[in-house]
Amino acid sequence: MAQVIGVPKEVFPGEKRVATVPEVVEKLAKLGFSVIVESGAGAAATIGDAAYEAAGARIVPDAASLWAGADIVFKVRAPAASEVAMMREGQTLVSFVWPAQNPDLMQQFAAKKATVLAMDSVPRISRAQKCDALSSMANIGGYRAVIEAAHEFGRFFTGQITAAGKVPPAKVFVIGAGVAGLAAIGAASGLGAIVRANDTRAEVADQIKSLGGEFVPVDYQEEGSGVGGYAKVMSEGFQKAQREVFAKQAREVDIIITTALIPGKPAPKLITAEMVQSMKPGSVIVDMAAEQGGNCELTEPGKVVTKHGVIIIGYTDLPSRLPRQASNLYATNLFRLAEELCKAKNGEFLVNMEDEVIRGTTVVKEGAITWPPPPPKLSAAPAAAPAQAAAKPAAAEKKGHGHGGGGEPMSAGGTALLFGGAALLFALIGAFAPAAFLGHFTVFVLACFVGYMVVWNVTPSLHTPLMSVTNAISSIIIIGALVQIAPPGVAGEAARPDGVIRWLAVTGIALTAVNMFGGFAVTRRMLSMFRK
Amino acid sequence: MSGSLTTVAYIGATILFILSLGGLSNPESSRRGNLYGMIGMTIAVLATVLGPRVSAAGLGWIAAALVVGGAIGLYLARTVQMTQMPELVAFMHSLVGLVAVVVGYASYIDPTVAAGMSPAEEHIHLVEVYLGVLIGAVTLSGSVIAFGKLSGKIGGKPVLLPARHWLNLLLLLVVLVFGYRFLAAGSIQQGMTPLIVMTVLSLAFGVHMVMAIGGADMPVVVSMLNSYSGWAAAATGFMLSNDLLIVTGALVGSSGAILSYIMCRAMNRHFISVIAGGFGGDAGPPKAAGAAQPAGEVVAVSAQETAELLKEANSIVIVPGYGMAVAQAQHTVYEITKFLREKGKNVRFAIHPVAGRMPGHMNVLLAEAKVPYDIVLEMEEINDDFPDTTVAMVIGANDIVNPAAQDDPSSPIAGMPVLEVWKAGTTIVMKRSMASGYAGVDNPLFYKENNRMLFGDAKKMLDEVLGALKA
Repeated sequence: MAQVIGVPKEVFPGEKRVATVPEVVEKLAKLGFSVIVESGAGAAATIGDAAYEAAGARIVPDAASLWAGADIVFKVRAPAASEVAMMREGQTLVSFVWPAQNPDLMQQFAAKKATVLAMDSVPRISRAQKCDALSSMANIGGYRAVIEAAHEFGRFFTGQITAAGKVPPAKVFVIGAGVAGLAAIGAASGLGAIVRANDTRAEVADQIKSLGGEFVPVDYQEEGSGVGGYAKVMSEGFQKAQREVFAKQAREVDIIITTALIPGKPAPKLITAEMVQSMKPGSVIVDMAAEQGGNCELTEPGKVVTKHGVIIIGYTDLPSRLPRQASNLYATNLFRLAEELCKAKNGEFLVNMEDEVIRGTTVVKEGAITWPPPPPKLSAAPAAAPAQAAAKPAAAEKKGHGHGGGGEPMSAGGTALLFGGAALLFALIGAFAPAAFLGHFTVFVLACFVGYMVVWNVTPSLHTPLMSVTNAISSIIIIGALVQIAPPGVAGEAARPDGVIRWLAVTGIALTAVNMFGGFAVTRRMLSMFRK
Repeated sequence: MSGSLTTVAYIGATILFILSLGGLSNPESSRRGNLYGMIGMTIAVLATVLGPRVSAAGLGWIAAALVVGGAIGLYLARTVQMTQMPELVAFMHSLVGLVAVVVGYASYIDPTVAAGMSPAEEHIHLVEVYLGVLIGAVTLSGSVIAFGKLSGKIGGKPVLLPARHWLNLLLLLVVLVFGYRFLAAGSIQQGMTPLIVMTVLSLAFGVHMVMAIGGADMPVVVSMLNSYSGWAAAATGFMLSNDLLIVTGALVGSSGAILSYIMCRAMNRHFISVIAGGFGGDAGPPKAAGAAQPAGEVVAVSAQETAELLKEANSIVIVPGYGMAVAQAQHTVYEITKFLREKGKNVRFAIHPVAGRMPGHMNVLLAEAKVPYDIVLEMEEINDDFPDTTVAMVIGANDIVNPAAQDDPSSPIAGMPVLEVWKAGTTIVMKRSMASGYAGVDNPLFYKENNRMLFGDAKKMLDEVLGALKA
């Protein structure tokens, strides 16, 4: 029996997102579900009821009939008290829940014998990335934070030289390079600003650079990676060094975007009142951690305030301010989770607690609270993983630029042996070989090295043409045959079997000619095919 | 033309050859590189022909030989299928080997060459002749066998004689003994016997060496033979005291050797063990296949379903292998790529360093089908992108996408870098059957739950997929 997925209108004030979009309705139908949507659910995200209907959903007039008709409810925000009251016994709910912050809600779910999957509890493992709504929302939040900052900031982001004078580029400092921070770096540098960023986890420096930002390090040795790739609380010494860096940046930059969060703890206070005071008037701070108390001491969650001439944005609903995009991504995350839950494609959820992703996401199963889940397997050795990751690119780099060096460095013993052998060989040659031979030998050894140097740079895609051209060049052996065919002065000498040699040489020339002409022609043919 | 002028022309030719190799380091300069090679060769030939060591009596012969050989060469170059490039290259290597042998013999029977040499010089000259013929003969027979294997005239499986390493050692000893007798021979007639015996033995050695190497190692063999043909030319140069031959031979020889080394590293194989032949070197017969038989079900799909998967994907990575070359499917692959790219999808190609039967084989085929080279990526460039890829489509490749190389330490290909296609959302593997690849290793990828198999001839199936996409 196919289950019914219900999508209500969000009731939280100001929430514009919706838990599914018409494109995803179609895909859910392919999994075998039927979908009902509360009338006006997508209105704030500019999706009309008609669009849902066209995609195959049924529209129900109000929340009560939706909660009554659905076996599974997809939501964005954790349900409000009024919504919990409408829940049926044994109903399944998929939404953000924040079980740590909402213990009462968890008890109510248990009382309703509900099954609840929390989108904020999706384990941070590769296989579950497609369901990771936190990341997709953080991505939108980071982008929107830059847009909000640009809106409040009284200048261009990009530097320009105009007829009316020179405009300096805005300087943006991003604190915390998680998904949101990286999105903010990308968006700000896309607008032309000079972007700097800091994170306690040193391994993100490359990611920051890849998005066009400059990594501002804190000069203090401490590993900042916690379980599952999140940040952890740092030591006092580190925090002091960090404050100094931030204070310096605050004096220099125009915009600060803070995204520093530590799971299960209030947001760290990184920007003090004095730092705000030291900023230039008209500067902007976007505090993306406002909901967890804020990274800035002067933030007022949910509001835009001006303190000491600095505009401090404390919006807690940044993803919701991009409702269409956020709904699209969130709906896709939900769909991916539905795929995991409904592998048989028969329109029924199977909450398989053996599956790592589903186990982690499920916080209440048929009335039993199953949160917190056992720690994810992969993060058992968080220290080892980054080390490996760091070693890998290094090795790759060595491969790419290893020309001149023989790849991996040899052991000292091996090198010594090699040099010893070479020395002995050279000594022998030097002792016995005549001078004429040594001349040729010099040329030979040098040519070997030239060949070696030249070929290290060749890109793998050109290996075949390279082989074919070297093959053509090896037709130089034709010279050997050419000089034998009729050397002047000796031809006709009694002892020389002229006829035999001539025929051998002519055969040699003909065969090499095949190779020479054929080799160059085919290389040409190949190379003319390479195009952008 | 005077001797000095010839020498200067040779230096010019040498420089042009070096520029030619250097020019091939990237696609923009590669055409110029080839041109440099041609000019260099023309200068070298003209300088020799017009130089002091060739009298007017030989010109007619030379012209005739060049015309005949050149015509054949140009004809071959024009008609060869791009999928047959490895065979052609192997065939051409055998020619160089043969010429080295021929020139060696001619030099030996020519008494005027050794006239006026000191005894030490004469000995060195004889050693050079002996070595030149030896390398030439090995190149010749090895290339012929490689040609046979590549064109399917000889089976691809390694043929391993019992105690083959001892056999090789024995061959080497016999060659050395005959080498001594060759040097000690008083006259050309006496020296002829050891020289011929050695030539036959070298030919046998070349056959034996390449027969023992499995099809999967063919790219290494082809580039190794390329290297040998260079050394043969260099040895000939020593024999004839010709610096241009020495330099060019050494250039070709060392570049071929480096190329083989790069290939070996790409397969995580030891250079020596590939050359020594057989898969896995001394490990004997491949490890019992039962050790890690992958379990699970294989999900087969139709061309229609494949088209559906592609339509829904945003990011697609295509992994071509030898199967695509065999089926001549590269043009259809390009048609599909073009169609998907026009739909705004991110389509890229992932090339494993040893995909196909020759280094860079896949790149040439894709270039022939007009796939722009900036969407054709190397393994290292693209491996990290697989987790973000919706669909990875593997066309006629097997060992290069085998996860056992990373997961199963007992696998014969353990440690070989592979394309991590299984990290993509869905993988589609196109194959003719469930048969294992050249390495003879079963592939756990086929049994993964996000993998789909599309059985059939790559060209035919892709045509159907294209039809379904456009429908």
